[in-house]
Amino acid sequence: MEKRLNHMEYLPDMEQINPEIRNKVINAYKCYNQNKYTEKDVQNALKADVLAPHDFGSLLSPAALPFLEQIAKRAREKKRQFFGDNIYVFTPIYISNYCENYCVYCGFNCHNKIRRAKLDYDAIEKEMQAISKTGLEEILILTGESRNMSDVQYIGKACEIAKKYFKMVGIEVYPMNSNEYEYLHKCGVDYVTVFQETYNSDKYETLHLAGHKRIFPYRIEAQERALMGGMRGVAFAALLGLDDFRKDAFATGMHAYLLQRKYPHAEISISCPRLRPIINNDKINPKDVHERQLLQVMCAYRLFLPFANITISTRERAEFRDNVINICATKISAGVSTGIGGHTDEAEQGDDQFEIADTRNVDEVLQAICERGLQPVMNDYVYV
Amino acid sequence: MNKDVFKLGGHEFTSRFVLGSGKYSLDLIDAAIKHAKAQIITLALRRANSETDNILDYIPEGITLLPNTSGARTAEEAVRIAKLARACGCGNFVKVEIMRDSKYLLPDNTETIKATEILANDGFVVMPYMYPDLNVARDLANVGASCIMPLAAPIGSNKGLATRDFIKILIDEIDLPIIVDAGIGRPSQACEAMEMGCAAVMANTAIATAGNIPQMAEAFGKAIEAGRTAYLAGLGRVLDSGAAASSPLTGFLAD
Repeated sequence: MEKRLNHMEYLPDMEQINPEIRNKVINAYKCYNQNKYTEKDVQNALKADVLAPHDFGSLLSPAALPFLEQIAKRAREKKRQFFGDNIYVFTPIYISNYCENYCVYCGFNCHNKIRRAKLDYDAIEKEMQAISKTGLEEILILTGESRNMSDVQYIGKACEIAKKYFKMVGIEVYPMNSNEYEYLHKCGVDYVTVFQETYNSDKYETLHLAGHKRIFPYRIEAQERALMGGMRGVAFAALLGLDDFRKDAFATGMHAYLLQRKYPHAEISISCPRLRPIINNDKINPKDVHERQLLQVMCAYRLFLPFANITISTRERAEFRDNVINICATKISAGVSTGIGGHTDEAEQGDDQFEIADTRNVDEVLQAICERGLQPVMNDYVYV
Repeated sequence: MNKDVFKLGGHEFTSRFVLGSGKYSLDLIDAAIKHAKAQIITLALRRANSETDNILDYIPEGITLLPNTSGARTAEEAVRIAKLARACGCGNFVKVEIMRDSKYLLPDNTETIKATEILANDGFVVMPYMYPDLNVARDLANVGASCIMPLAAPIGSNKGLATRDFIKILIDEIDLPIIVDAGIGRPSQACEAMEMGCAAVMANTAIATAGNIPQMAEAFGKAIEAGRTAYLAGLGRVLDSGAAASSPLTGFLAD
């Protein structure tokens, strides 16, 4: 049997930073007891102007579910206070799906026999041109997690190309050291997204069997290293349904909360993915996170971190997305393709990471935003 | 009676309402301006940095643009954003906003003084957003600010004049116009700020979160006007003990 890496030990060349936040987040995960909260706790949380972690915990608990309508109304008030009618629109672009990790739930994992591809710089430029013609001004560049096939220089060059066409460039790639984030920042990137997937380190070990991603502490500290490297904002997410979603949501919120306290200037975003059908793997099915629970989590994030952006995934159906941007979400993707080279007329070079539920193009999403009396915003950012 | 004119940066305004534009539908900006009778509108340069649906295209001619430096975390970044705004044709007014805190968006007074000095020396009409502190306000005045813009309450909170006493000190001690910015939630609060002697009021969230945006803009415009008129008229006295004695204590004095 293949010998697995110790998932709690850094590999050589992995930067080690002060573990204070990591330890606090892991402790928050372990201590969160969703069954201790009462109806009274939920009512108190709904009355609070500024929520403490205890209030956040109560809003995520089963006791809060019967109050979902009141919670949604309160979330809507807070969203309007902090963001008004603005809804930010962006799209992701996948430039490579090579991956060295073995994550049992993922369509891109190294053992899945899918078509692998990596866009060369000309192809990246064509994709960027095609996307920018839709009017979008914010882009999120994604790769599979392979340092060999998509090294930091390759990602940097892709970002420099993106900067020619977009005002705002973010990345969702493998975690790296702070000096590498600093390099990418100079290439025009200001936002870094890293999904922790689950904050349960034991469960994490069983789901991430090989590759750098297996190293739990290096991943959980990625956002802090990104801020140390000069990035303006960082995004967090647990893949809800991998483990107990309430505990993972609590840890995600606490992770963002603690990091913002240490780095007050940091702009915080949270994504809310659930597991969706994936290629060659139907072993895991997120039966426990239904739309009702997902909305509960999103509203709890909104009330605990009212200043944070919340992104709603294309994994969700159009009607759900259109409704949550009127309640708690502030950011929506449009015209999404999760394959490699999916934005030009040329044939897609690589398979998709996951199936999307909302296939609307940019114009259709913009129209849906306006129909709800909201204001689509393509850019609210300047690189300085 | 002389016409009451608000002078700022070599311009004269008859309206004392600085209208925000950041949180509501672009289609409503024109109506809000007209209903409010506003002559100055703020906009985030980062919003005017869009090529698809540019906020500048929605602002009618004749309105003075007041670009702000939101997004700046340091004086250096604020200066760069201000220069970018001027290069984009937004004029030479700039509202300096420097925040190193993404949660409460409280202004960084130290960096604000630095940016104000650099920009004032570069010919900008600098309107610094600040936490109401007399020493800082004096420093801002000394380095060339055109007015002082203290916050009334945390931005977007609609909590009203939470810093009332400190704003009053600025009104009493600083010779520049004091423009209350951030936190004003109701027309009555805007009116009170004007009654106190503020030169103008800036509001955004209170209007953006109202049921009818143009109507609320109008209500603010009228309240600001009423408050100004009351200030000019001189407010009547308020007695702490509830009434004035009809027989004065000094009535016995003979010569």
